[in-house]
Order: sequence, then C-alpha cells, then structure tokens
Amino acid sequence: MPQAVPSLGKDLLGLEGLTREQITGILDTAEAFKEISERPVKKVPVLRNKTIVNAFFENSTRTRISFEFAEKRLAADTVNISSTGSSVAKGETLVDTARNLEAMRIDMVVIRHGASGSAQFLADRIASSVINAGDGKHEHPTQGLLDLLTIRDHRGPLDGLHVCICGDVLHSRVARSNIHGLRKMGAQVAVCGPATLLPAQVAEMGVTVFRRIEEAIEWADVLNILRLQLERMTGGFIPSLREYNRVFGVTRARVEAAPRDILILHPGPMNRGVEIDSDVADGPHSVILQQVTNGVAVRMAVLYLLSGGQPEQAEAAKTGGAA
Amino acid sequence: MNPVLIRGGRVVDPSQRMDAVADVLLVDGRVARVGQGIDAPEGAETIDASGLVVTPGLVDVHVHLREPGQEHKETIRTGARAAAAGGFTTVVAMPNTDPPIDDPAAVGFVLAEGMRSGGARVFPTGCITMRQQGEQLTEFGELINAGAVAVTDDGKPVVSGGMLRMALEYALTFDLPVAVHEEDPTLARKGTMNEGIVASRLGLTGIPNAAEDVMIARDLVLAELTGARLHVQHVSTRLGVQLIREAKARGVRVTAEATPHHFTLTDAAVEAYRTDAKMNPPLRSEADRDAVRQGVRDGTLDVIATDHAPHHYDEKEQAFEDAPFGIVGLETALGLTYTELVATGLIDLPTMVERMSCAPARAMKLDGMGSLAEGSLADVTIMDVRAEWTVNPASFLSMSRNTPFTGRALRCRAVRTLVGGRTVWRETQAG
Repeated sequence: MPQAVPSLGKDLLGLEGLTREQITGILDTAEAFKEISERPVKKVPVLRNKTIVNAFFENSTRTRISFEFAEKRLAADTVNISSTGSSVAKGETLVDTARNLEAMRIDMVVIRHGASGSAQFLADRIASSVINAGDGKHEHPTQGLLDLLTIRDHRGPLDGLHVCICGDVLHSRVARSNIHGLRKMGAQVAVCGPATLLPAQVAEMGVTVFRRIEEAIEWADVLNILRLQLERMTGGFIPSLREYNRVFGVTRARVEAAPRDILILHPGPMNRGVEIDSDVADGPHSVILQQVTNGVAVRMAVLYLLSGGQPEQAEAAKTGGAA
Repeated sequence: MNPVLIRGGRVVDPSQRMDAVADVLLVDGRVARVGQGIDAPEGAETIDASGLVVTPGLVDVHVHLREPGQEHKETIRTGARAAAAGGFTTVVAMPNTDPPIDDPAAVGFVLAEGMRSGGARVFPTGCITMRQQGEQLTEFGELINAGAVAVTDDGKPVVSGGMLRMALEYALTFDLPVAVHEEDPTLARKGTMNEGIVASRLGLTGIPNAAEDVMIARDLVLAELTGARLHVQHVSTRLGVQLIREAKARGVRVTAEATPHHFTLTDAAVEAYRTDAKMNPPLRSEADRDAVRQGVRDGTLDVIATDHAPHHYDEKEQAFEDAPFGIVGLETALGLTYTELVATGLIDLPTMVERMSCAPARAMKLDGMGSLAEGSLADVTIMDVRAEWTVNPASFLSMSRNTPFTGRALRCRAVRTLVGGRTVWRETQAG
C-alpha cells in the first residue's frame, strides 16, 4: 500500500525539485493505475470535470498521445494546441500564451516547448497546474519517471543499481531528468558518449563519465540509450553516423559481452543501426515497449496527484471516487 | 553662467593625487581653482559639500542609448539623464543602433541629441566596419571629424583577424582607440549563458570562456604587431584578465573594461531562468568574478564601464533563450562599485575614482575630463559614500528596467552631478 507523501505542489516541472518520497509516491500511484489500462472499459472518473490543455509547441507524437490517453482514461476534458516551431515563430510570445491559457480558467496545462525553462515560465505566470512534457534541453520529468518505473519493475529497488545513460546527453532533456531521478532513488549513474555530446562539467551532477561504450557496458546493470538527434549532424558533433555506430553503438556483440544480464531502455524514437542495433532493440534485454506502456500509467499518476489526489487513495479512486 | 563654489567636500582627484578637504571653484564651465578657503565670487552659487566626496565627473565609455531605431528602449535624452542620475558626466555611446552609426551624419545626430539632452555629455563612436558586417572599414577620418571618439563593432566581434589588423593599422593615422567585443562566434555557438554546470543543469547552451579568451589573445597580438590603441570591452574571464596583464607588462597599448555586473555576480544569478541576468559576455564562475576584481584592483582592468543595455520589459519577458542580452547599469554602477570593491576593502576610494573617471577619460582621449585640475572642464560628481539605498527600478530615469539588482542594498550614490558647471542632476529629483 502506498504511503502518505508530501504533495507534489502545483506543478511538475522537473525531477530536480522532487524528493525521493515524492518520486516513490508517483511510482507507487502509477503502479496502482496500470491496471486501468488492462480493463475492457479503460476509463475511471478520477478527473471528471477537470479541463486540461495539451500545449505542444514542438513536434511530439509519442508524448502527446501518451498524455492524451492518460487524460482520457481519467475522464478529463482535454483540448490540444499544437504548433510547429515555437510560439515566438508564430508571432505570439510565450507570455501571451500564458495569459490566454489563464483567461480560459483551465485546471492543468501539459506543455512541450523548444525553449529550456518554458514550463517554469508558464508555471510562474498562471494559477493552473503545469506539467512539463519536455522543455528544450532541460527536463522531461514524466519520461524520467516512466524510466524509473520500468527499471523498478524489472530490478526492484533502485538503490545501488548501476545505470548508464548513453549517447547525446548534451541535447537530451531525458538525460537530465534521469540523472536527477535515478540519483535521488539511490542509483549510481554514469553517462557515456563522445565529449562533444556531453554537457560541460557533467560530473558535477554526480555522475561517472565513460568515454568508451565497452567500459560503460562492463559497469552497468542498465543502459538507457538516447536517440542520436540526426538534425545535429551538421553541427560537427560527430564525424558520421557510421563512425558513431562503430564507436558508441550498442550492438548485440557488446551486450552479450557484458558481465551481467543488462537491461536496455530507449526513450524513442530509435535510430536503428545508429545508437542501437535492431537485434538489441528487439532482443531479450529490451524493455522499450514496456516503457511506452508505463508512460501512460505514470502520466495518469501525475495528473491524479497534481489534481489533489493522494497516493494512498489511488486504489479507491480507481473504483470511482473522484480526486 | 554664474560661478559655482563647492565648499568643504573631500576632494578626491587621482589625476592630481589629491585627497583632501577643499573647495572647488567652477567658472565659465571650467575648473578655476581647487584649494582651501576659497572666497565665493560675486553671484556665485555655493554648494555645501561637507561630509560629501567631490570627484571629477564619472565617465562611462560603454553605453547603449538605442537611438536611432529602438527608441522604445531608450533615447539619447533619457540615457543621458539616467547617466547624470548615476553620477556620470560623460558617456560614450555604442554605434550598434538601427541603422548602425557608420557615417558622419549619424555621428552628428548622436552628438547633437546629446547636447540637447540636458544630462551627461554624450560622445558617439562609429562602427569599425560598415553595418558591422566585418567586410569594409568605415571612414575613420570622416567619423572623427563629425565627433566620434572611437570605433567599435560592439555587440559583435570583428571575426576576421585580417580585418581587425587593418582597422588597427588604419587607426594609427588618427591615434584612434579601437574598442573590441571579444567573442569567437564559432566557439560561442549561439550560447545564451556561461558554459558550466549551471548551464548544463538548466539545459541552456553555454558560451565557453574560450570564446572570449582566444579573441583577446588574438587582438593583443595584433595590437602588439601594429602598435595601435586597443580597448578591450567588458572582460569577463580569468584568462582574459591574465592575458591583458601580460600584454601590458610587455608594453602593448591596451586598456580594458570591467563591468559592475561581472565583478558582482556569477552565473548562479541565471538560476530559474532569470532573463535579467542574461548578458553577453555572460556572467561567469566565481573564479572569473574574482579575477575581474583583482584585475580592477591592480589596474589590469583600468576602466569600469557599465555596458548599459536597456531592453523593453516585454522583450525580457520571454523564455530565456529568446530574450535579448543585456542589463541597464548607469544608475547602479556607482553604488555597486563602492559596495562591492571599496566597502569590502579591495580598492580605496581614489582607485574607484581613477577607474570610473580618470582612466576612462584617458582611454577615449577625452581631453579636459577625468580631472579637477585647473582649466579642466567643470564636470563634477558629488557623492555621499555613507548613503544606504535599495535598488528600485521604478525610480530609474532610464526608460528600461532590466536589472538583476532589484532590491539589492547598496552604499554610496551621487547626490549632485555637474556638467560644465551646470547642475544636471541632484538627489532631490529622485523623489
């Protein structure tokens, strides 16, 4: 049974600001909510009469759909705003967006935006709850949480577990949420990639740095493999995709050479044959599709908790009690 | 104009090695006498400066007045008045306006508007290259004839070393100061704050120290090669300070600026994506801030300049990466410098006056300024170093409010500013 935990407060902007107890509360609630998605009628009235705006100012299919499923399964009323490019490119500033959302008297906003800090910017200016669905290169907290849940499902408590985040850490919001979340839960965290794709002074975030994928695999219980952002290739960060696959790619041979039974995560979408080979992505170590399933449960949990629900009441809420 | 007798203040004038209680007599826009027991001439206005400090007027060699083109941020008039309120009697306006100041008519416009402002004196600079494009030199001679005191592409670096060499060599004709914004754009990579752990955590692209250091190194070599007068703007890095220190020791003709924000803040001020702390060069690490302080102390950074960069409030009210660089500085510079450097014992009061008045006047060859020697221009700042005040942007005379120092408790402020013997600001005006 989940324990009483401090409230998440108004917003979920990142995992950096959460405590271990809060994270545990979200994961436990998500665990309880998983079952809803297994039912023939995948809907409970937990968020009935709540209005949620999904404001996606940057392309995202997976995250947006995952949030939409989570909202619909909790019976919320939802509206989607989407736009390619930033709101600035549209001629409307983020502050105008905030004012408009505030004027609509909605309960929650799920925001994806290309600018780091945009979720906080919004949260500082509106009374509604703000959920960060990825802000620039900063954080993607629900992705971090679903990664934690998936690892916990397979390996139990995270304390002392060795988790290595591989690839383009520099441009990755997933990596930052993972680093904060995993460390708070007691895991040992490492990053691995070419120095061109690692943030400056990343070791000061409390992580080990591996320059060679072979060393990372030898060390790790879990590999979280990041997408190599192909649009970055013109920036001179790496010489070529082929070279990247040769030097940093997670291949079957490398995984099989690991001293332990290694767990493979990837936030998707994958570049098969670049950062991960197909036979690893589809192989016995991979839990990539389970991450997607867990994503819906984690987002349901976050929506429920931010609307005032308590982890210890999650089971009751599932049977019909509103938050 | 009636004579003005400033009576009984502590006169601090490093240009004459003076630090004594004395009277200062201003007649016909010039300093007539400095000494004890001066009798007021007939009709003279007497200012009682007892308990106050009287210095040569402060000179800021690096301000953005935004006119022409961005008058919603600042005008020459509002900027000159904000300067006077901050204790500055002279400001040097950067040419990165819209359009940039790259022809004599534009220089003349800035000069004329400055004269009409009723605030600090305003001296224009011209661009080094046409439209600040880095491709063709401006007509230095014409710009000087129109009133420009220096050339700079500030806001942008001169990317081509060959172009800067030509600018420096050509400037020798007029012994013209060439002021440089040091930033290698291929290393800065469109970064928005200092490269370091704060940027890494916030997910913002960092500007490494090296982006500044390599350009400072290059330009010091070029100044040495050409023998021209190089003025390095807003130095923010420890290696930059060290490179300038070494170049000065070799006899390179270089002057350099420290800004109050770089010797006061670090990149921690950017936490929570505070756009009022977004500036270029960015706020750096503690080691860099300390090196800038030491540079001011030992005179490597001989000039304190504000890089006053006003922006309209809604331009800063954006996601961090979208907001413009820069903060206002004219009305906080004196308080910050005194509070951070003098009150802490790092430098003494005469050194502060040297860095904020004498040295900047010399760096830009502003004859008759930065001194209270007899015959100098009657530009005087009277300051109360005991004054304690809190930064309140609502009281700024500048049109813009973008400062990271809101609510900061400071000591020392200008209580009266005189330009050419005429009072252009006195404290009661602040309300």
